[in-house]
Amino acid sequence: MTRRSWRTVVGVLLTAVMLFPVYWMINVSLTPADRMRKSPPDFLPTAPTFEGYARVLNEQLPYFATSLVVASGTVVLTLVLSAPAAYSLAKLRPRGRRPLLFALLVAQMIPGIIMALGFYGVYVSLGITNTLWGLIFADSTIAVPFAVLILTAFMAAVPDDLVQAARIDGAGALRTFWSIVLPVSRNGIVTAALFAFLWAWSDFVFAATLDSGGSLKPLTLGIYRYIGNNNQEWNAIMATAVVASVPATILLVLAQRFVASGITAGAVRD
Amino acid sequence: MPRRQAVGWAFLLPLVAYLLLCYVYPLLTNIDLSIRDHTVRSFVHGGAPLIGWDNYAKVFADPAFGPALRNTVVFTVVSLVFQYVIGLALAVFFARGFRLSVTLRALLLVPWLLPLIVSASTWAWMFNSEAGVVNAALTFLGFGTVDWLTSPDWSLVAVTIANIWIGIPFNLVVLYSGLRNIPAELPEASSLDGASRWQAFWYVTFPLLRPISGITLLLGLVYTLKVFDIIWIMTRGGPSGSSTTLATWSYELGFGTMLPRFGPSAAVGNILIVLAVAAGLLYVRLQRHQETA
Repeated sequence: MTRRSWRTVVGVLLTAVMLFPVYWMINVSLTPADRMRKSPPDFLPTAPTFEGYARVLNEQLPYFATSLVVASGTVVLTLVLSAPAAYSLAKLRPRGRRPLLFALLVAQMIPGIIMALGFYGVYVSLGITNTLWGLIFADSTIAVPFAVLILTAFMAAVPDDLVQAARIDGAGALRTFWSIVLPVSRNGIVTAALFAFLWAWSDFVFAATLDSGGSLKPLTLGIYRYIGNNNQEWNAIMATAVVASVPATILLVLAQRFVASGITAGAVRD
Repeated sequence: MPRRQAVGWAFLLPLVAYLLLCYVYPLLTNIDLSIRDHTVRSFVHGGAPLIGWDNYAKVFADPAFGPALRNTVVFTVVSLVFQYVIGLALAVFFARGFRLSVTLRALLLVPWLLPLIVSASTWAWMFNSEAGVVNAALTFLGFGTVDWLTSPDWSLVAVTIANIWIGIPFNLVVLYSGLRNIPAELPEASSLDGASRWQAFWYVTFPLLRPISGITLLLGLVYTLKVFDIIWIMTRGGPSGSSTTLATWSYELGFGTMLPRFGPSAAVGNILIVLAVAAGLLYVRLQRHQETA
């Protein structure tokens, strides 16, 4: 065996160990209720059942739709707010922008649970708990500072000559932004959108506080309710968990390089 | 050029308005909550009396404060150390490409990408005392079983393990990119000079990685102080507060019981903000320092 294939074998083993919980989630989602408490547990779904998934279809479909709407809304809101701002910060560079950049850095450090309590206070006094757009606005706070900073980095990489040439051709700032800078920074937009979607999709804190016992529940609360109500039916809980993991998996397959570059861009400035 | 200034700020205006509305306003509300004596009624209808620092004094005097602070520190430090060491080991392993290395590295991102409630509920079932796979494995290996989530001695360990698992991919990705930026000739040259692989890593690669390591750890610190979902879903901070951190305590006070105590909840939250922002500012300083260096 060559040295390199030795590394591949070890790499596969390490990955298998790291991903064991993911396998276990799938395995448990297929385990029939009467074998759930068996000791030791079945390591393979020898007698798979889809009753968990049937329950997801019957009971969680509205939550699934809520999650989709909220996550998509968060993406739109995040991009609408952050793309023009990033263009200004990267290319127009108005005076007094440094405090704003600093505020965005600090904003990323504020724990979500504290934002949730603040939002709850605001929403209760305004009477807007349990609304879709209320949740969208709250969820967007996870993504907007990150999106502005990452888009600023991407747009700063657009050559000034390009922007200059557009201006000489008579394009105003808005047109330069829309027709030149935005298309060129496509990768940044995709990365920002991807993370905004993922974070809003995964949000539990805001959903748990801002629906205030109402009917509006995303999938994360669907799982939480299952855990609270019937802690025996773990195949249904894990089936919902598998379904809730689908977007992350799709994004990873379709946009792996954006994911990696997004994680790195937050921490590393090349 | 004043026109250009105006255009620049026009593009920033929506963001500034948003930050005032969705950050400043809720955070001010939070401060307001923390200095008033709120009941559920006054929360909805207003008119709670101002009591200044009383909520903070109450929180500091609460017997739950010491354990919550201690748990926060232990949870954070232990998580950071293991995430970093395992992430770095994996990054070093993957730094020399091999067949399938790109695919495997992508797969290792999965724990970080999954919704926290998914990871937390999966770990909760894996740690189940009777039917959990962890205890089954321990039995198979000849150890005794452990009441991971229901014993006060083990609940913090259990949630920390889950959190380490979630954080490893982030450390791996960032440290991997740091390793890629180190010219391969440097460790190679030291190998030629007779250094062992371990020496080449310890005396050449690791010091070169220091700035990136600092940033990784500080970002991890800011993130770990925020962790709420994992602990709340796995243990609700219990049993009897043994896995309560400041974040879960704040939620528990405000939303966890039928009798919400919004004032103390907001006070705990504001204490946590101070800690998180202090860690964050350290990060900003370090990054500035690195950029100018």
